Amino acid sequence: MTSAPSRALRALPTLLRVGVAETVAYRAEFLVWILTSTQPLIMMGLWTAVARERPFEGYSSAMFVAYYLASLVVRQLTANWVAWQLMDEIRRGTLSMRLLRPVHPVFAYMAGHVAAIPFRAAVALPVAVVLLICSGGSTLTGSGLQVALLLPSLAFAWLISFGLMFAAGGLAFFMTDTSAVMNLYYGLFALFSGYLLPLDMLPGPLETLAAWLPFRFMLSVPVELMTRTLDGVRLAELLGGQLAWAVIATGLALGVWRAGLRRFEAVGT
Amino acid sequence: MRRYVALLLAQFRVSAAAAMAYRANFVLEGLLSLVWIGLALLPLLVLFEQRESVNGWDASASLVVIGYFTSLRALLEGVVNPSLNDLIARIRTGELDYVLLKPVDAQIAVSASHYAPWKVVDLLGGIAIIVWALVRRGEMPTAGQLALGVMLFGAGAIAMYSLWIACAALSFRLVRLDNLMFLLSAVFDTARWPVHVFPGLWRVLFTFVVPIALITTFPAMGLLGTLTPLGALGTVGGSLVMLVLSRLAWRAAIRGYTSASS
Repeated sequence: MTSAPSRALRALPTLLRVGVAETVAYRAEFLVWILTSTQPLIMMGLWTAVARERPFEGYSSAMFVAYYLASLVVRQLTANWVAWQLMDEIRRGTLSMRLLRPVHPVFAYMAGHVAAIPFRAAVALPVAVVLLICSGGSTLTGSGLQVALLLPSLAFAWLISFGLMFAAGGLAFFMTDTSAVMNLYYGLFALFSGYLLPLDMLPGPLETLAAWLPFRFMLSVPVELMTRTLDGVRLAELLGGQLAWAVIATGLALGVWRAGLRRFEAVGT
Repeated sequence: MRRYVALLLAQFRVSAAAAMAYRANFVLEGLLSLVWIGLALLPLLVLFEQRESVNGWDASASLVVIGYFTSLRALLEGVVNPSLNDLIARIRTGELDYVLLKPVDAQIAVSASHYAPWKVVDLLGGIAIIVWALVRRGEMPTAGQLALGVMLFGAGAIAMYSLWIACAALSFRLVRLDNLMFLLSAVFDTARWPVHVFPGLWRVLFTFVVPIALITTFPAMGLLGTLTPLGALGTVGGSLVMLVLSRLAWRAAIRGYTSASS
């Protein structure tokens, strides 16, 4: 009898292979998901037009371009659709298949989404190159430390996003119609993550609120790492916040999963 | 004709009854709607706090566009989306067979099969924003402009509906519908801005490729009295062309439909 973690680790290559195969098999669907997260390009068009004559709240046109291209890259690398997947499988009862396998289903879902990252990176990479060329580096950070911290920051952002989405999708265990919850989630995300507009452009009270919500740690923090020069204290604050939310989000996902499973009756055939 | 009216009324009654059965949810959704309307105004307020006008659009005129956007989105989320979600379920279970067997046009039966009645709050909110914007502007539309604004609201609604039905038709064979509708909703979100605040390439895209300009900007201009006669004609014509195209797409999709039932 092997322990659960080592079993999961042994299954990982297979899970990843399955994930890659699924991404390739549902490529049209995958493409639609990628297109869905191109909204930063639209906002970029808007704000660069606004800032063409003179800077808007300290943002020049070039800074807006850098900000939104960076957030497009971050969003491509960290977004996932596990909530929809989970809801669908709970509702249709196909979740029972996953329960039969000797690997923790949350881990299996995670592996499936990790497998999609290279495909998303293939989209994000050209954007990143365009970003570098466009800005000529002037609107990007020059700090080596920040570049080094980018990878862990992206990993945290991915974890927070996965955990929250998973917890949201897991609500389908308890309620039949979860679309209102998802609308709420996306609405809050768009506003408080810096997806629609940079957080420092929000009016005072909302900016303060954004600092405490998880959403900024999913998008704005990696973007800030790329486009601002931050001092050590600020960096520690941001990364620390990300770590804390990553732990909370993962705990939330596992908690909803455990509570939900008790109610699960495998509807359908 | 009378049969279709009776059908739509019956479907509305059933949905309203279902919604009223969950009164707490009804009230909650209504309240949430109000919060959303407020939050949706935020980027606009941020923008016009700093600038008098952007490409000829000032705060009041842009608010009219948001009013149109809010009302149309109420129709979208109150009628079109719930109905098409219903359609997905029917395609999956093969229940669409029963709809096709009925002696009514399947597209009409499917297009308004479900309602989310609490979206009425959004519809009223949208109208309130328009009224507020007009008062703020200090210049009321003439009777003619008002008539044009109302008529083009209808044209915008038709254009929006066509876009979604075409998407539903496409999804019969291509991809899963919820996915595609999600993308469309994301794009539709830009309709809250007057199309002219976007730079060249985007403006062409939003006028001709994904014609969200037809849906909110031009109707709002109609109400504001800034739309040329040619623009008004183009809006009506464009939405009718979209309706015909989406109808053709739907028919092609139905022809290719092979039931999922066993």
